[in-house]
Amino acid sequence: MNQLPSLSRPVTSLLDDHDQKGLLRFLTCGSVDDGKSTLIGRLLHDTKLVLEDQVAALRNDSRKYGTQGENIDLALLVDGLEAEREQGITIDVAYRFFATDARKFIVADTPGHEQYTRNMATGASNSDLAVILIDARKGVLQQTRRHSFIVSLLGIRHVVVAVNKMDLVDNDEAVFERISEDYRAFAEGFGFETLQVIPMSALTGDNVTARATAMDWYDGPTLLSHLESIEVASEAFDGPFRMPVQWVNRPNLDFRGYCGTLVGGRIRPGDRISVAASGRTATVERIATMNGDLDEALAGDAVTLTLREEVDISRGDVLCAPDQRPEVADRIGAHLIWMDDRPLVPGRSYAIKVGKRLASASVTRIDHGIDVNTLQHEDVETLALNGIGYCELALSSPVAFDPYEVNRDMGSFVLIDPLTNHTVAAGMIWKALRKADNIHRQAFDIDRSARAALTGQTPRVLWFTGLSGAGKSTVANLVEQRLHATGRLTFLLDGDNVRHGLNKDLGFSEADRVENIRRVGEVAKLFTEAGLITLVSFISPFRSDRQMARDLFKPGEFVEIHVHAPLAVAEARDPKGLYKKARAGEIRNFTGIDSPYEEPQSPEIVLNTDGADPEALADEVIRYLDL
Amino acid sequence: MSNRASQLHRLEAQSIEIIREVVAEMARPVMLYSIGKDSSVMLHLARKAFYPAPPPFPLLHIDTTWKFREMIEFRDRMAREAGMELLTHTNTQGLADGVNPFDHGASFYTQVMKTEALKQALDLHGFDAAFGGARRDEEKSRAKERIFSFRTPQHGWDPKNQRPELWSVFNTRVRRGESLRVFPLSNWTELDIWQYIRAENIPIVPLYYAAERPVVERDGMLVMVDDERMPLAAGETPELRRVRFRTLGCYPLTAAMESEADTLDGIVTEMLIARTSERSGRLIDHDEAASMEKKKREGYF
Repeated sequence: MNQLPSLSRPVTSLLDDHDQKGLLRFLTCGSVDDGKSTLIGRLLHDTKLVLEDQVAALRNDSRKYGTQGENIDLALLVDGLEAEREQGITIDVAYRFFATDARKFIVADTPGHEQYTRNMATGASNSDLAVILIDARKGVLQQTRRHSFIVSLLGIRHVVVAVNKMDLVDNDEAVFERISEDYRAFAEGFGFETLQVIPMSALTGDNVTARATAMDWYDGPTLLSHLESIEVASEAFDGPFRMPVQWVNRPNLDFRGYCGTLVGGRIRPGDRISVAASGRTATVERIATMNGDLDEALAGDAVTLTLREEVDISRGDVLCAPDQRPEVADRIGAHLIWMDDRPLVPGRSYAIKVGKRLASASVTRIDHGIDVNTLQHEDVETLALNGIGYCELALSSPVAFDPYEVNRDMGSFVLIDPLTNHTVAAGMIWKALRKADNIHRQAFDIDRSARAALTGQTPRVLWFTGLSGAGKSTVANLVEQRLHATGRLTFLLDGDNVRHGLNKDLGFSEADRVENIRRVGEVAKLFTEAGLITLVSFISPFRSDRQMARDLFKPGEFVEIHVHAPLAVAEARDPKGLYKKARAGEIRNFTGIDSPYEEPQSPEIVLNTDGADPEALADEVIRYLDL
Repeated sequence: MSNRASQLHRLEAQSIEIIREVVAEMARPVMLYSIGKDSSVMLHLARKAFYPAPPPFPLLHIDTTWKFREMIEFRDRMAREAGMELLTHTNTQGLADGVNPFDHGASFYTQVMKTEALKQALDLHGFDAAFGGARRDEEKSRAKERIFSFRTPQHGWDPKNQRPELWSVFNTRVRRGESLRVFPLSNWTELDIWQYIRAENIPIVPLYYAAERPVVERDGMLVMVDDERMPLAAGETPELRRVRFRTLGCYPLTAAMESEADTLDGIVTEMLIARTSERSGRLIDHDEAASMEKKKREGYF
């Protein structure tokens, strides 16, 4: 104490070096007991990141939980949570940091046992390189295959195979060579750009940070020197300009900035850009930052762009190079990794987040599942937790993307269960199945606002939802009469009528009901774009389906009207005799009887029809529209 | 940050993206502002994210009434300069009950005046997202925290039931009453923080710099006597020593270290050769190895 600190060289140069260091993010994966946590503990320890008070805490912990007798158990440096200390396994992704003179490292430590495949995928999604551990005594196992497959599926191109616990096989070169050959043989199909196999002992540190004299037959790099020197250039950096718009910044009338992070290429003031979905183009005016305007922004930079022309751009739009545009599609083929306890329900509507764009999506077909142990394709009906499959998805609106293998940020998405809000799947897009109308949408000069101006009305969709017999058609009919009488252009889409025409190919399975609502939503959207006030009278019992329809429209355009009557009242009315048949078992999946009706949580209008005058209810809707 | 190859530049960009994402998707975000160096960096990043507009959310400070006086002055100045609304909250029930760090012990005091106060403030204002300046390199259970960390209506954290977080695609959806804690500095280390403060000229509370301050020595720790509320034991007399602080919190719970470092480079020099980790300067973490995890489950940041 009180001794003045001193360093080998001036702090200024140390700090500048730290700033200039590159960053390598890697993940470690291995089976239980392969020694992953010990390996990371070893890296932290040997790069002096473990400080004295942590070592003191570690000695305490080692006595209590350790597996190394009187020696320090390095794994305890890494296993953070109480539960896993007790079980002696890592249960979640942990991020660890260390730095050498050459690089800063972020390590994702991911568990190896089967039920936590999702955590490995999570760790891999942000890594440039993977270290796959193999126990020298056990060789290449089924888990090794599984880890390698997931690593390759997530697009990692650089792999280190750490053949650990060499001290337990007498540092035998023959053992190492056999494992090395086994691994290389089966990894051939994965297309890794670099593959380095290293014999080591995390426990003793041999070939982790220091060369092992006990393995003088090995003349390759140590793990640390390999991690310090490997080049992992990002393809996105050299690719075409891409920037998903995250936020529109409008502090005053003179400034309209588009905030986002470049996920591909570069941009300079004066460059032309396109909006992927609308096809509009504009010129970059400024790249504005608090430290002054920039001459250029590159992939990875978080910037604010201003444009010379006024263009309609909102959050979720992708700005791109006009001559190298991403694909725009609402039907895509993608690998899904299922991450939720509740299995995938094909046809069900999930929220999808692609870049900064939120929409809804349903899986229309599972092309095949993949057995992660054998890598065989198999026919499956669903995907359960940790299941992987290649699927076709239909989206509520077109999204701009590049294939995942070309640009990870432009080709990745998650699915979210709209009821539980859990992240249920991770997705990697391979291709468009049906390109949106024309891929690079033609921007027409007569747009919705021009048409609306001609009709002199604000186009809306009035979505009447409720039980059969609640009074939807009655009220919708009266509302349309009133609108028509005042010279408004309208159209009424009725559930039963549409099923006789447009949707006569659809039945009442969950998938068909979803498709029924999707089509009606799309038709209503077309009418609305044509300038009409569109009335939709559909039971539409599921929240997620109504949300899917709502997502098709601009904010304020979609008016959800819950036409409410208690089931007993609706059943007593039974205008079409359907309840009677449902009770008799002649109709299956009838809403209210053997299929649920999910009430709207925050509809724009609620109409209680029990004992009410339909004329008054129609007036209420008219008042809301404020024409 | 001008140099594109620099890892700090990448960290800055990632943090800005996280902050923008919260503002774009959440109804009512707030930034927890603890006045320390990490908060200073987080506030600076927020200002950069929305420049030329001020950040479109308020700052919230949980005032235990035991903060260093210099911290409070600094807090008010920073909020003013950023053009942001500053909300403060104190657990008035705890205050009325006379809960203090001397009589009630660090862990009970922290529970009442920090954790409970924080939950009260979040409930009172109905915030659905709160930014915090925690870093994953600080402590083991933090290393497993998500960047977007889901909390129940009771503000609880369930480490076994966290949402998977892939790429930079963040699931921000919550139901009414549920909320997110968001940590834009997750991937920063202590050294990164200091380097960034230096590169961007970010103001920090003067307590980080060495100066003559009145302290007493207790259980091997130097505690600064910041006001007359600090009870002194028989024979304890404050003496002026040249000290500074590595972390800042409530003054009775924050240990000072003897130091000559009165410049930023001096601080970093000390840090680089330091042999004690950052949070050991806070008395609250000494209980047992998993104490942070317990606090987090109960709603602590």
